[in-house]
Amino acid sequence: MSLSIEDVYKVAHLARLAVTEQEAHTAHSQLTNIFGLIAEMQAVDTRGIAPMSHAQDLSQRLREDIVTESNQRELFQSLAPHHDGTPQVEAGLYLVPQVIE
Amino acid sequence: MFNLSLQQLGAALRSKKISSTELTQLYLDRIATLNPALNAYISVNKDISLTQARTADARLAAGQAQALTGIPIAQKDIFCARGWPTTCGSRMLENFIAPYDAHVIEQFNAVGAVNLGKTNMDEFAMGSSNETSYFGAVKNPWDQKTVPGGSSGGSSVAVAARLCAAATGTDTGGSIRQPAALCGISGIKPTYGVVSRYGMIAFASSLDQAGPMARSAEDLALLLNVMAGFDPRDSTSLQREKEDYTRDLNLPLKGLRIGLPQEFFAEGLSEDVAQAVTAALTEYKKLGATVVDITLPNTRLSIPVYYVLAPAEASSNLSRFDGVRYGYRAPEYTDLADMYQKSRAQGFGTEVKRRIMIGTYVLSHGYYDAYYLQAQKIRRLIAQDFVEAFKQCDVIMGPTSPTTAFDLGAKGSDPVQMYLSDIYTIAVNLAGLPGMSIPCGMGSNNMPVGLQIIGNYFEEARMLNVAHQYQCASDWHARAPHDIKL
Repeated sequence: MSLSIEDVYKVAHLARLAVTEQEAHTAHSQLTNIFGLIAEMQAVDTRGIAPMSHAQDLSQRLREDIVTESNQRELFQSLAPHHDGTPQVEAGLYLVPQVIE
Repeated sequence: MFNLSLQQLGAALRSKKISSTELTQLYLDRIATLNPALNAYISVNKDISLTQARTADARLAAGQAQALTGIPIAQKDIFCARGWPTTCGSRMLENFIAPYDAHVIEQFNAVGAVNLGKTNMDEFAMGSSNETSYFGAVKNPWDQKTVPGGSSGGSSVAVAARLCAAATGTDTGGSIRQPAALCGISGIKPTYGVVSRYGMIAFASSLDQAGPMARSAEDLALLLNVMAGFDPRDSTSLQREKEDYTRDLNLPLKGLRIGLPQEFFAEGLSEDVAQAVTAALTEYKKLGATVVDITLPNTRLSIPVYYVLAPAEASSNLSRFDGVRYGYRAPEYTDLADMYQKSRAQGFGTEVKRRIMIGTYVLSHGYYDAYYLQAQKIRRLIAQDFVEAFKQCDVIMGPTSPTTAFDLGAKGSDPVQMYLSDIYTIAVNLAGLPGMSIPCGMGSNNMPVGLQIIGNYFEEARMLNVAHQYQCASDWHARAPHDIKL
């Protein structure tokens, strides 16, 4: 399985990363080398082996469905990205470019 | 003062030979002198540190001190600490002031330890040389033209150069053990689930584990006593009885069975590292241990498996950085999609973007089975290797890293070369086992060599015992970098 330059653009789009043409070409050659390293896996016979997603085979712990957090909206909103020295929030909401006309 | 053990420092504080305020100031002065060259700390805040020190002094005066009360500890900049910049080594979080404390930070605060500052690291813990930090490379105090290892390079250097009494690190593929080895200090990555990941910025959640970095195994045991413990806010935190990790330090090693994996001594291991490790094993035999040859046949596969699983988890974890609620936002953009893409492109560094792309690719439609699922299956084979091995031995030993510290920039252009330097540490994370590194000699370039000790699940107390007994019989761990004045 070889990686094409189109794959690089597609992956960058899926990952929401803007790439220049030069960055895409550099990424292409480096990712090709890395997938060369990864290819070693393909030859391993893993029929009948259960995938291991975690170090400890534990089931998810559940808790009571009750509120555990206090309201810290102002503190958290003060962390919003700043533009011209002010956090991009208004009336308790985060400001982003208009999505719906 | 800078060479005292944590136990000695604690005794000095409790007997009023020195106050925490004085001790903290001594370290702050030392950081001001040495940090500009070493770049071990990303942020220092003397007001917060000294306030904590004064609180500790009041506690000491009231006779309510615990083992680490008043002791200045450096925190890896991956742990959220309320009121502190918490950057994770990234431009993305350059201006992020943590609004809450990580569990690890809470634990240190609860015993009255002093937060001395936040240490430099590879960006989002992705790196083995500390060169991917947005805040610049960290220099190895043993030779400033070499790397300290990574990703916990800042913590490692802070400990080695005596810029703190001890430090914290995190280890996803070797990020505590490898920098500990390269800087001549001790570090332990506990069993997955022993230390809570709450408030520790996520890289690869099924592999990430925090642990202490210090000048001796005895110090590590005291630190782990504070760091370990159940936390309901981390869904993978293990509900276990609280342990005293110092309890077995003084047990004799007679009868200890040390497993030597043949794969750890094969091609790729440099001669000077092999010699130092072999000399350490000779010392262990003198202490009463026996050596058993074992095999971990899937070791070689741990690198490809890791470089599928860790980036896959990272691509998911790092999708939260969108330039909306916190973190970096590009100054100019045309619409929402453009804002996401530009903010992430400018906020993340090259290595982080590379790993996000690998992860996105292996999880994408049509490739999931061939990469992600296959890697998870081989992960089980790797874990089973250890299960078999521990039937024949109590601990496994070998080198931590195939070489001593390499030169800054030496592996910069080829990510594959950098990835291969984690060959001996990664399998331990994949299996979720505890692993540690202790200094065991000097290589041909007069740089420290690390001995890796791998234990079975929850065998941290035994590993610390094994390390401590060696440190009682040798002095490699007590050596300090020659051109750093003490």
